[in-house]
Amino acid sequence: MTMADTVLESAPDLLVDTDRVEQGDLRTEEMLVNMGPQHPSTHGVLRVVLRTDGEMVLEAIPHIGYLHRCAEKIGESLAPYQYIPYTDRMDYLAGMNNNQAFAIAVERLCGLEVPARAQAIRVVFAEFNRIASHLVSLGTYGLDMGAFTPFLYCFREREMILDLFEAACGARLTYSYITVGGIHEDLPAGWVERCLEFLDYFEPKIDDYNNLLSFNHIFVKRTAGVGVVSVDEAIAYGLTGPPLRGSGIRWDLRKVLPYDGYEMYDFDVPIARSGGTDEIPHGVVVGDCWSRYYVRVLEMTQSVRIMRQALANLPDGDTEAKKIKNLKLPDDEVYVGIENPRGQLGFYVRGDGSTIPSRVKARGPSFCNLSITTPLCRNVMLADVPAIIGSIDVVMGEVDR
Amino acid sequence: MTQFSVPWQPRPAHPYGMASRAVIALAQSVYGFAAPIVSRFPGAILISAVIATCVGVWMHSVLFGWVDTQLIQAAVTLPDYTPPALSLLSPSTWGLTPSVIHALRVDETVAASVAGLLDYVLWPVQFWIVRDVVGLGALFGLFNVIPVYVIWWERKVAGRIQSRLGPMRVGGWHGWAQSPADGIKLILKEDLVPAGADGPLFRLAPYLTIIPSLLAFLALPFGATYVLRELDVALVFILGVLGAEVVGVILAGWASNNKWSVYGAMREACQMISYEIPMGMALLVPVICVGTLSLSGIADVQQGGWFSWIAFSNPFCFAAFVCYFIASLASLKRAPFDLPEAESELVAGFVTEYSGFRWSLFFFAEYAAMFVICAIASIVFLGGWHSPLPASWGGGLGDGLLARGLTGLLFSGPIWLMFKSVFLLYVQLWLRWTLPRIRIDQVLYSCIQVLLPLTMVLVFGATVWTWASTGHNALWSTVEAATRIILGSIGLVFIGGFIAIAGYGFYHRRRMVGNLVQDVMPGS
Repeated sequence: MTMADTVLESAPDLLVDTDRVEQGDLRTEEMLVNMGPQHPSTHGVLRVVLRTDGEMVLEAIPHIGYLHRCAEKIGESLAPYQYIPYTDRMDYLAGMNNNQAFAIAVERLCGLEVPARAQAIRVVFAEFNRIASHLVSLGTYGLDMGAFTPFLYCFREREMILDLFEAACGARLTYSYITVGGIHEDLPAGWVERCLEFLDYFEPKIDDYNNLLSFNHIFVKRTAGVGVVSVDEAIAYGLTGPPLRGSGIRWDLRKVLPYDGYEMYDFDVPIARSGGTDEIPHGVVVGDCWSRYYVRVLEMTQSVRIMRQALANLPDGDTEAKKIKNLKLPDDEVYVGIENPRGQLGFYVRGDGSTIPSRVKARGPSFCNLSITTPLCRNVMLADVPAIIGSIDVVMGEVDR
Repeated sequence: MTQFSVPWQPRPAHPYGMASRAVIALAQSVYGFAAPIVSRFPGAILISAVIATCVGVWMHSVLFGWVDTQLIQAAVTLPDYTPPALSLLSPSTWGLTPSVIHALRVDETVAASVAGLLDYVLWPVQFWIVRDVVGLGALFGLFNVIPVYVIWWERKVAGRIQSRLGPMRVGGWHGWAQSPADGIKLILKEDLVPAGADGPLFRLAPYLTIIPSLLAFLALPFGATYVLRELDVALVFILGVLGAEVVGVILAGWASNNKWSVYGAMREACQMISYEIPMGMALLVPVICVGTLSLSGIADVQQGGWFSWIAFSNPFCFAAFVCYFIASLASLKRAPFDLPEAESELVAGFVTEYSGFRWSLFFFAEYAAMFVICAIASIVFLGGWHSPLPASWGGGLGDGLLARGLTGLLFSGPIWLMFKSVFLLYVQLWLRWTLPRIRIDQVLYSCIQVLLPLTMVLVFGATVWTWASTGHNALWSTVEAATRIILGSIGLVFIGGFIAIAGYGFYHRRRMVGNLVQDVMPGS
C-alpha cells in the first residue's frame, strides 16, 4: 500500500482531484501532502493532510490522536489529589493552570474553602505560567516564521521563570503545585523578592520582542490579513482565549466568572484592533494571525500587572485547606472553567459519595481552537499553514489527552 | 516475530570499514596532538596563522614575480618576444610561452644570465602546469577551509546574537574544531539512498551542486596577480557557473522522491532564475561605469583609497550595490529568502532525504558560493584588494621584500579582499539570525515588481552618468568629486556606526543579557 493510499484511506472525506486539469499547454494535477505528525512546525504530533495545487493549499484536514493517553479515564480511578499530576501532562506548557482548573472543580464540588494566602499564591503562579506559556508561543511562532532569535530570547526568560518554579515546587515542567484545597507548599524564603526582581527585568524585554518580531515588517507581511476569523465564526467554532480575543471579543473568564479571587485585581482584557491605529501596523485585520499573536504579547503585560498586585498584598495564613486526603465527593456534578493561556479549560467532575470521581471530563481550549484549522486553511499559500496553526497555538498533549 | 524481536540484521563485529577506522585514528591522533596546544595558546596560534598566510602570499608573489621579472628582462632581448601590454594581468599574458623559454635556454648570451634560474631550485616554477597545480591545490584547500570555518563562525555569531555561546567544547578554544568534527561525523554516517529515490540522480545531484561553486574559484582574483585564470569575462563566467548550481538542486529535489523535496527544488528554481536577472543587472551598472567585464580590470580602477571605490563613485552604483546584495541573498537562498530549505514549512526542503557526506556537499556548495558572491561584491563595489588607504601614501617604500610585505598589508593585497568578503559574509549571517522568512509570492513580487524595474533604472542612470562624465567638463568633474565625497561619507558613517554599535554591544555583552543571567551563564 502506498503512502497516498494510506492517506486516502485515513481521510475518506478528502477527495483528490486526480483528473488532469488543462492549463494552457500544461497538464497539472493536485497533490496530497502529509504534513506531520513529525513535521517541525505542527507543534508536536499534529498531522495535517494538505490538498495542494502547487504552492496553494486547497484544503487542510487535521488528524489528531497520536498522543492519546486516556487522561480523562485515569481520573475516574484515582482520588482527586492523585489525579493532579495527570492534569500537568495535558497542557504541558501550562501545568499550573491545569492543576488549578481541576483543583477548583473538586473544591466547588466538595464545598472546600481555600485559604486566602493559597488563593493569592495560586493567582501568582497561574499568571506566571501564563507568561511562560505565552513566551513559548511567541518564540515558536517566530520559528514558524523563520525568525530564530526571538525563540532563544523567549526561552531565556522562560528559563528564569522555570528556575523560580523549581525553587517553589521542585519541578520545571510538571509542577503539581496547585492541589485540591490550596497549594502544595508555602513559598520558600526570599522567593517574592526574586520574583519581583524578575518582573522588573522582564517587563522591558516585552519591548524587545515587539521590536524584534511583532513590528518587524516581514513578520507583519507574513501574518497580517492571513487566517482571518470573523466574530461569528469565532463564536460558532467555540474559540476561546487569545484566538477569541484576537477576533475582537472581550471575553475572559477571569473577568466574566472570576475564580480564586481574580475580582480583587485590577487588569485589562486586551483585544485585537485593526491596523493603522495606535501603533498597530497597517494591514492588520481584526481576527488575523497577527492579532492573535499580539493579544498574547499584551496579555503578558497584564499578567505582570496582576502578579505585582498579588505579590504586594500577599496575605498570611495557611496554604492548604484541612482534610483533603480521603475527601468524600458528594453525589453531585460540577463544571468549572478557568482561563488557561490558550483559552477556556473546563473540568467536569461527578462524584458518587466515594473518594473517587465517577466521571472526569476536560474541555480543552487547544482541542476546540484546533477545529478552526480547516476553514482557515482553505485556499492559502503553503507557508500560511504553519502561520495559521502557530497562531492558534495548540498543545497536542491537551488536544489528544 | 514477537513484539521485541529485531527485524534487521545484527551489526557486524567491526561496524566501520577499514577506511573509516583509519580516518577516526587519524582524527584522534591529530586532535590529541593539536588540542592541548591550541587550547593553551589560542591567540598566539591565530595570530601566527594570519602571519603565516601573509608570509606565504608574499613568498608566492616574490617567487613567481621575481622569476618572471628576471625572465622577461632576459626575454626582451629576443627578437620574437612581444612585451606584455598590462603588467598587472596574470603572467600567462606576459608572453613567456614555452617557445620563448626554450629560446632563452638556447640563446647563449641570455642563457648565462638566467642559468641560475632555469637550472636549479626555481626550475619547475617556469612551467605553467606547475603553477596551475600549485594554484589549484591552494584553491581547493581554500574551497575546503572556507565553508568549514564559515559554518563554525556562523554558529558563533548566531550564538552571540541569541545570547548563548555557540560551540565551546570541541578543540578547547571556543569549539574551533567543531566543524571538522562534524565533517568527520558526516563522512562516517551511513550511506543512505531512500528506497523510492532515483539512485543515480540522487547520487549525482550533490556533485552537480558543488562543482559550479568550485569552478567559480578558478576565475576569482584574490589579488592583482593571485588568480588562477585571468578571464576578460570573469564576471559573466562566475555568474554563469553559479547559476548552474540550480540544476543540482532541482535534481536533488526530484530524485529524492519526496514531496517536500520537490517543493524545495521548485522554489529554488523559480527564486534563483528570477533573482539572477536583477543580480546581473545590478552588476551591469559598475560594468558600464568602468567599461570592462574583467574583475581585475574593475578592481584596478579603484586604487586610491576609500573614496575611489565604485560603490561611492555615483548614486547609481551605490544603489546597485544594495540591489546586488539583496538579490545575491535570494539567489544564494540565504535568509530572509531561504525558502527552498524553509524548515518550518518544507521540513528541510530539497535536502530532506539527504544525510551524511552528500548532505555536507550541499552545505559546502552553499557556503563556498556565499564567499564567492561576497568576494565579487567586494571586488566590484568595494575596491577589491585595495585598502581604504590610498596607495600613494606608501610611495617611498621601494620594491624590496619588506616593502612588498608592507604594501600587501597596508595598501593592496589578498588580505584586504578576504577582510571585506568576510565582513559582507558577516552581514549575511547577521540578517539570517535577525529576520523572519518571506513568503514565496512576496519573494517574487519583490523581484519582479521592485528589484527588476529598479535595476533597469539604475542601468539607464549609470549610462547617462557615464556619458556625462566622458565630456571632461570642469563643472561635471566637480559634481563627480562632490558625489564621491558625499557617498563615501555615508559609507563611513555606516561603517563607523557599525563599529560603534558592535563595540558597545561587545563591551556590554554581559550586561545586555541581564543581571539574573550573569551569575549562572557558563563562560560569561
